[in-house]
Amino acid sequence: MSAADAVLAAMFVGLTAYALFAGADFGAGFWDLFAGDRRRGAPSRALIEKSIGPVWEANHVWLIFVLVVLWTGFPPAFAAVASTLYIPLTLGALGIIARGSAFAFRHSVGSPALQRLFGACFAFSSVVTPFFFGTIVGAVASGRVPPGIARGDVLTSWLNPTSILAGVLAVMSCAYLAAVYLCADAHRQGEADLTEGFRRRALLIAALTGIAVAVGIAVLRSDSRALFDGLTSRGVPLMVLSALAGAATVALLLTRRYAASRVAAAVAVTAVIWGWGAGQYPYLLPGALTVDDAAAGRTTLVAMLWTLVLGSVLLVPALVYLYVLFQRVPRPRADVGRGGAS
Amino acid sequence: MLITALDSPDLYHARMQMALSLGWHIVIACFGVGFPAMVLFAEWRSVRRGDADLAALARTWSKAMGVLFAVGAVSGTILSFEMGMLWPGLMERFGEVYGFPFTLEGFAFFLEAIFVGIYLYGWNRLTPRAHMLTGIPIVISGIAGAFFVVAANAWMNTPRGFRLVDGRVVDVDPIAGMFNPSTASQSVHMILAAVMVSAFCVASVYAIGMLRGRRDRYHRLGLLVPLTLGVIATPVQIGVGDWIANVVAEHQPVKLAAMEGHFRTEEGVALAIGGIYLDDELRYAIKVPRGLSLLVHHDPDAEVIGLDSVAPEDRPPVNIVHLSYNAMVGIGFGLLALAAWFAYAWWRRRRIPDTPWFLRAVAVSGLAAVVAMETGWIATEVGRQPWIVYEVMRTEDAVSTAPGLRYGFYAVFAVYVVLTAGSVYVLRRLAGHHEENLAPQEPTAQEQTAQEPTAEGRAAR
Repeated sequence: MSAADAVLAAMFVGLTAYALFAGADFGAGFWDLFAGDRRRGAPSRALIEKSIGPVWEANHVWLIFVLVVLWTGFPPAFAAVASTLYIPLTLGALGIIARGSAFAFRHSVGSPALQRLFGACFAFSSVVTPFFFGTIVGAVASGRVPPGIARGDVLTSWLNPTSILAGVLAVMSCAYLAAVYLCADAHRQGEADLTEGFRRRALLIAALTGIAVAVGIAVLRSDSRALFDGLTSRGVPLMVLSALAGAATVALLLTRRYAASRVAAAVAVTAVIWGWGAGQYPYLLPGALTVDDAAAGRTTLVAMLWTLVLGSVLLVPALVYLYVLFQRVPRPRADVGRGGAS
Repeated sequence: MLITALDSPDLYHARMQMALSLGWHIVIACFGVGFPAMVLFAEWRSVRRGDADLAALARTWSKAMGVLFAVGAVSGTILSFEMGMLWPGLMERFGEVYGFPFTLEGFAFFLEAIFVGIYLYGWNRLTPRAHMLTGIPIVISGIAGAFFVVAANAWMNTPRGFRLVDGRVVDVDPIAGMFNPSTASQSVHMILAAVMVSAFCVASVYAIGMLRGRRDRYHRLGLLVPLTLGVIATPVQIGVGDWIANVVAEHQPVKLAAMEGHFRTEEGVALAIGGIYLDDELRYAIKVPRGLSLLVHHDPDAEVIGLDSVAPEDRPPVNIVHLSYNAMVGIGFGLLALAAWFAYAWWRRRRIPDTPWFLRAVAVSGLAAVVAMETGWIATEVGRQPWIVYEVMRTEDAVSTAPGLRYGFYAVFAVYVVLTAGSVYVLRRLAGHHEENLAPQEPTAQEQTAQEPTAEGRAAR
C-alpha cells in the first residue's frame, strides 16, 4: 500500500464516520420533521434533542476532516470537484449553517413560535443537506466531474439520474441510521412507546430503502454503466455484505435486539460507501484522474500520515469518552450559587 | 442556459463572498479563542470561593459559548468549501503545501468540538473538578486552531516550502511552509486580537447593563473579569503590532507602502496618518517627519521602499489598505487609553471608575475591537493584492471559472443576514436571562414545562 493509498483510506474512514455519525444526526432531523404536530411529536423531538445535542458538533467535524485530507492529499481532485460542483456544495453548506444554528438557537429563544420556527428550520435543512451531498457523490461516481477547474457542467453534473438516486439514498440512509439508533436510545431510557415508534419507522424506512436500491440498480445500469460495472465486479462482496447487513438489521429489529441492530445498520451503510470506493479504485475521478496522479508529494503524504496517527491518539480516546459519557444517566451536581440544588 | 451565459471568471463576486464569509466567521472564531478561558476562570473561582455570582456568570457565559461555538462550527464549514469553490486554482497547485496546516487545524477543531460537547452538557454529569478539566482542552485547541489557520494565511504572504520549476510545484516541504517568516508575528497578533475581541465584547455587555442601572455584584464581575483580560492583552498587542509591521516591511514592502500610503522609495520618510491617495500621492494626511523610517527600521534616516518599486499592475489599492490600517492602529491606541484609565483607577481605588463615561467607553470597546480586527484583516488581505500567493500567483489566476458565481454570493449574503439577526437576538436574550438552573444546554424546569415533558421531566414530577 502506497502512502497515497493510506491517506485515501484514512479519508474514507473519515467519510464513513461522517456518514454513520453525522448522517444519523441529519436523519434525526428527518424524523423531527415527520414527528407530527406539536403535542404528538413532542416526546420524539425531546428524545432527538437529547440524543444529538452533545455530539452533533463533534460528528460534524468529520466533514472538515475529509475536506482537509482531500485538499492536502489530493489537491487536483479537490479543485475539480469543488469547482464543478459548487452549486450543490453551496446549497449543502447553507443547509449545514441553517441546521446547526437553528438547533443551537432553539434552546435559547423564549417564545414557542420562535422555537417552532427554528425547529422547522433545523428539521427541513437536515433533510435537504444530505440530499445535496448525495448528489455530489453521484456526480463523482458517475464520472461527471472531469479533472481541471470547473470543466464539468455546473448543472448536469449533479442534476442527473445517478446523482438524484444518490441524493435520495443518502437521505434515506440517514433516516434509517437515525431510526435504528434512536430506537436503542429510547429503549435504554425505558421509553416503551418511543422505542416502538422508532422501531416501526426503522422497519418502514428499511423497506423503502430496499425498494430504492432495487430501482437504483436499474437507474445505474442505464445512466452510469461504468459505475454499475464497478459495483457489480470488484464491489460485489461489499454490496452483498450491505444487503445481508440490511436484512440482519430488519431481523434484529423484529426480534427487538436494538443494540445489535445498530451495529448491523452501520455495517450496511459502511459497506455501500466502501463498495463505491472499491468500485472506482484506483480512480478518484473515474476514467480521468487516478489516486497516484492526484496525490500530493511524498513529503506531504508522510507528514499527513504522521499527523493522522498522532492526532488519532488524542482524538479517539476523547471521542470514546464523549460517547460513553452521554450514554450514562446524569447525577445532580452539588454546586454553589444560583445554579445547582440550592 | 442562462447561467452558463454569464461572465466568468467572476473575480469580484468570488472576493466579496470570501470576504463576507471569512469576515463574519472570524468574529465568532475570536470567541472560540478568548472566551473559554474566561468561562473557565469564572467557574474555577466560583468553585474555590463558593461565589454564587461567578457561578451564575460561568453558566450564562457557557450558554453563550455554546451558541457561538455552534454558529462558528457551521459558518467555518462553508469557508472550507469556498477554498475549492472559489479558489480552485490556488488549491490545485498549492494544496499540498498550503493545505497542511488545515489538516492540523482539523484535529484541533475536532478536539474543541468534542470537549465543548462534554463541557456544555457535562455540567450535571461530572464533578466540578472533572468538569473544569474538560474545559482545558477547549482553551488549548482554540488557540492551537487559530495558530494553524493563521499559519496558512501567513504562507500566502510569505510562501515557503516549495520550488517552482517551469511553473510546476516541486520539492514540497509542508512544515517549512507552515513555519514561514510571517507565521510567528501574524499568529501572535491574531491570537491577541481574538482575546481582545472576546474580552471587550463580553465586558461591553455588562457595561451596557450597568449603564441601565444594574450595578449589582454580578454585573460588576461580569465587567471586571473580561475587562481585566482585555487590559492585559492590549499593551502587549501594541508591541506585537510593531513586530508585525517590521516583518511586513521586510518581506512585503509593497504591502507596507500601501498601508502607509507611501509612493516614492526614499530615505527619512514621514509617517502619514489619514488622508486620501490620488495620482500616486497621499493628500491631506497628518505627517510625522521621519516617523515611518523610525518605526519601520528604528532609524530616522532609513530608506523605506515605496509603491513605485513595482509596476502599477502589481500594486494593491491604496486607500482602502491605508485607511483600514489607520483605523486599526487608531482603535488600538484608543483601547490602550481605556486600559490605562482602568488600570490607574484600579491601582488607586480598587474599583471600577464610577463615571458613566468610563462605562460608555467600555460599552463601545467591544464593537471597536471587532472593527479593529476586521480593518486589520482588510489591510493585510487587500494589501497583498493583486497576489493570492505573494509574488507567486495572482488572485485572478486562482479564481474559479465556473459560471454564475454571483448567485452563490447572493445566496450566502441572504443567509448571513438572517444568521446575523438570529445570533444577535439569541445572544441578547441570553445576556438578559441569567437566572437559570441545570446545565447550560439542558432545559431548565420552567423551560421543560413550557416546552414538552421529557422522560426525566416526567420522572421528576
